Amino acid sequence: MTTATPRAPARHFHPLRIALYAVLVLAALFYLTPIYVLLITGFKSSTEAQNIFNMWVPPDVISFRAFQTAWFGAADTVGLQQGFWNSVQLVVPATLISSMIGSVNGYILAKWKFRGADLLFPLILFGMFIPYQSILIPLVQTYRIFEQFTGIKLFSTILGLIVVHCIYGIPITTLIFRNYYASIPTEMIEASRIDGANIFTIYRYILFPLSVPAFVVVLIWQFTSIWNDFLFGISLANDPRVYPITLSLNNIAGSFHVPWNIQMAAALLTAVPPLLVYIFLGRYFMRGLMAGSLKG
Amino acid sequence: MAATNQKNVADKTYARIENADLIEVGWKICVPAKADADAFLKAFDPNKPWLLFGAGKKGQLLVGSWWTNGGEFAGLNEMFKLYKAANPDVEIVNAAIAGGAGTNFKGQLLTQLLGGVAPDTFQLHAGLEVETYNPPTLVVPVDDVYKSANLEAAFPKDLLTLLKYKDGHYYGVPVNIHRANVLWYNKALFTKAGITKAPETWDEFFATADKLKAAGITPVALGGKDGFELQHTFETILVGTLGADGYRGLWTGKTSWKDAKVTDALNTFKKYITYANADHDALSWASATALLINGKAAMNIMGDWANGEFTAAKFTDYGWAPTPGSKGIYDALSDSFALPAKAPNVDNAKAWLALAGSKAAQEKFNPAKGSICARTDCDPALFNAYLQSAISDWKVNAIVPSVVHGAAATPSWASKGYSDPVVLFASTGDVAKAQAALVAAAAAAGFPQ
Amino acid sequence: MSPKHRNWERVVSILLLLPSILALGIFVYAFIAWTGYISLAKWDSAAPDFTFVGLRNFEHLFIGDGTDAIRFRYDLRNMVGFTAFFLLSCIIIGFGLAVLLDQRVRGEAVFRSIFLFPMAVSFIVTGVAWRWMLTPGEANDPVGVNIIFTQLGLKNLQSTWFTDPTIAYLSPDSGVGAILNSIGLGFLTTKDFGYPLAITSLVIAAMWQLSGYTMALYLAGLRSVPDELREAARMDGASEVQVYRHIILPLLQPVTLSVVIILGHISLKIFDLVVSMTGPGPGFATDVPAYNMWKTTFDATLFSQGAAIGLVLLVLVAILIIPYLRYSIRAEAQV
Repeated sequence: MTTATPRAPARHFHPLRIALYAVLVLAALFYLTPIYVLLITGFKSSTEAQNIFNMWVPPDVISFRAFQTAWFGAADTVGLQQGFWNSVQLVVPATLISSMIGSVNGYILAKWKFRGADLLFPLILFGMFIPYQSILIPLVQTYRIFEQFTGIKLFSTILGLIVVHCIYGIPITTLIFRNYYASIPTEMIEASRIDGANIFTIYRYILFPLSVPAFVVVLIWQFTSIWNDFLFGISLANDPRVYPITLSLNNIAGSFHVPWNIQMAAALLTAVPPLLVYIFLGRYFMRGLMAGSLKG
Repeated sequence: MAATNQKNVADKTYARIENADLIEVGWKICVPAKADADAFLKAFDPNKPWLLFGAGKKGQLLVGSWWTNGGEFAGLNEMFKLYKAANPDVEIVNAAIAGGAGTNFKGQLLTQLLGGVAPDTFQLHAGLEVETYNPPTLVVPVDDVYKSANLEAAFPKDLLTLLKYKDGHYYGVPVNIHRANVLWYNKALFTKAGITKAPETWDEFFATADKLKAAGITPVALGGKDGFELQHTFETILVGTLGADGYRGLWTGKTSWKDAKVTDALNTFKKYITYANADHDALSWASATALLINGKAAMNIMGDWANGEFTAAKFTDYGWAPTPGSKGIYDALSDSFALPAKAPNVDNAKAWLALAGSKAAQEKFNPAKGSICARTDCDPALFNAYLQSAISDWKVNAIVPSVVHGAAATPSWASKGYSDPVVLFASTGDVAKAQAALVAAAAAAGFPQ
Repeated sequence: MSPKHRNWERVVSILLLLPSILALGIFVYAFIAWTGYISLAKWDSAAPDFTFVGLRNFEHLFIGDGTDAIRFRYDLRNMVGFTAFFLLSCIIIGFGLAVLLDQRVRGEAVFRSIFLFPMAVSFIVTGVAWRWMLTPGEANDPVGVNIIFTQLGLKNLQSTWFTDPTIAYLSPDSGVGAILNSIGLGFLTTKDFGYPLAITSLVIAAMWQLSGYTMALYLAGLRSVPDELREAARMDGASEVQVYRHIILPLLQPVTLSVVIILGHISLKIFDLVVSMTGPGPGFATDVPAYNMWKTTFDATLFSQGAAIGLVLLVLVAILIIPYLRYSIRAEAQV
């Protein structure tokens, strides 16, 4: 495996290198522009934000009003607060559980190949490509039937959302772990078998401790996609005590009656947790990618 | 009364009295012993009138709607307050989802209803939109609410006709009335271009538009982003070109879509678009309204919810008129509440429906939402100048159902058969093709031309 | 090469997979079958109606000049155009940035984070922000990025963005068009096979969101090319460009394949972005199958028709994914 640290920066400066930095800085500006717009608009007062011809101009007076309204709500707006905590309760377990499932599946498929495993894997993988709009009604029906038989309520509960994200997360998490484990030499495992290790102990003492890079990639991936999901949220939750944050955001930004500054503030607040994840874990994400977890 | 209702809780053969002035023949009621009645009156607190109705309702009331913000949300909250006062033990859950003129909400609701779960009550455009929910399978009649709250006497006759489904039952209780065929204009820009009155015919309209154009003003503000604005505009042109009966006939098979007047309407629409802001497909109706407020465009055809935008922006220098050719016609849509067959808390839902039809609730809800009452007995003084004029029109005008807003036609006809050709037409301008497609759509909906 | 199985371990390994297999069997395959069943039925109102009508719902989409067929042809055209330009731009920009960042750049981590972070944002947020920035306004009264172009004196860069109804297509009168006509491929010279300029706005927004991720994949790929290999090539007198062309590019092929698959399936299913940014667009210039399907099913309550659209979409995705799966399995078999 190669190291993830970049090679040492060059010391000398060459016209070409100046051009290189110029391109990188321009690119960075491009990526930051939408965030700039969100930020300056979020900090504007409602009257100032109304004038769309000044949309690039920073606010005259910085106002936190929009953020306050977006979070706590107001007489004519429901804030993001509840949705935020619902999403936290949903995302944390769903991410952890689906990573564990993916890890075990990947382990079996990479290291305990049985007959037909090569056929099974594409069948598993195919699950991530279906358009989810086409399975919504059977999904709700399945949940209801399940409730009738077991008494466990899945529809419009956080648990139900966790279940659906875990199931539809199986293909991608399995793929990442399988590819990662495939890059771990089988000799290590052979050696430990001579020492008497079995299917459980190999996972527990050899592969699991080595899995950190793959876990980081999967955790980040699942965290982002579950946090940003809208379709399952809208279809499986019919109660604001369950609404994930994307629904709360939609109720603010999807309505015509909300001033731009509040919409932008709400959009930013919604984006904060995944952004933090990327800012603080981004480099581990890179390391995980380099360790082979998403290669073809 | 209290005694009867208390009995009703345990034994459904007893009646439940919701309206103190109304007791029907055939009801089983309970007359309490004198001692019990005295004890009750001694404990009775006039500030808690719900005690009269016996044991209060319990459990939840899950209300689904697409009202999440602004005046409509404020109005909904007023209704919640009234409900809470009458039913303090019921927990109200506001399950609103915004977006796309209710499309997000409808997608969610249908998924759930077909999957076998339901809210207690939900928002529904009055009229044929109820067909979306396949009455009486997914929604059930609410005739008993009409009876107990005496609603048939409260609503105008044309509205009752619109509300009564073809099986003779009512499936929703309307809270408000909006008007679709309103032409809004910016008075300052009219003055600037030397225009003194709003156009009443399409010829006048285009003359006015030419004057505005000559004065360097964009004549028309148009939206298109949310997929209903173009269809809405064309609908009002149809109303203005075919008249009330001709327009109604389009949806009942009496008027052919091959009619030369439909061709005229398409040509008018084509011409209308050429006077609009070029970026209309980028704008929602609200942004189009903002063009009028900011003095960037002079006229706009939009439903009277635009009035709420004016109020919110504290903009007062505007005028209104029926869209050209539609004087004396009220192109109406109405928000109502329906009762799902699988509503978990039917009693609570029925109390909500009775409230939605009541004078108290409509007088609170409508001034906030920017619509007029479905009832005829609301106090006009509570409303602003535009709405007062709408109230007086509502009483005398011919009422026709809006198609874009779910009143006139089945969902598949309204939101695909009628809608898609109009979108294509707006970009191609091919009159013959558009008319052929509209004819085909009517045929597909069961009205061969 | 897996370790030699003991029998009980063989059983355990299958047992460990079983819950996932069962879950996917129901939630993916049974549900797809259910959708397939609906697509052959007459369910065209809210009342479930399973009367068998054969392929009627597919005929509506593919045959004739009805509004449904026109719209669906546009949907497919838009989806192909969007996918092609989105993939191409992500690959070019992602690879370019990765190569630049691979040149021992100071502050690499900062640049990397900046390029990568849009991926964390939901399509709803992306759509809201970009819709706002690309709202064109009027030529003399520009809004959004058009303001910037005006102020920079680049007025001819102004565009009407996603409100542009223009469809770029091969004119039958052009040289190539005439050749196509003469060999019986004249149908390619119609608007059904054009590229709607309005789609470009969606491409820009989606590219903003995911080109950084593409960069990360390529950068990871570049970093896993052993330095000795580059050095060896340089010793043999290869220029930097030659090193990239002959050594590095071939080694990055699997990365490109991953990118095509991951971005490809996102772009074929694109929905949230269209809803929050453009809607169906002028004359359905930004309409896509996933959006049409949502509208057809839940707005127009044509459930069977919606299911048919969903199924066509699924087949298209399968066309993309199955060769990939076969390739990756074969590639492994060779190792």
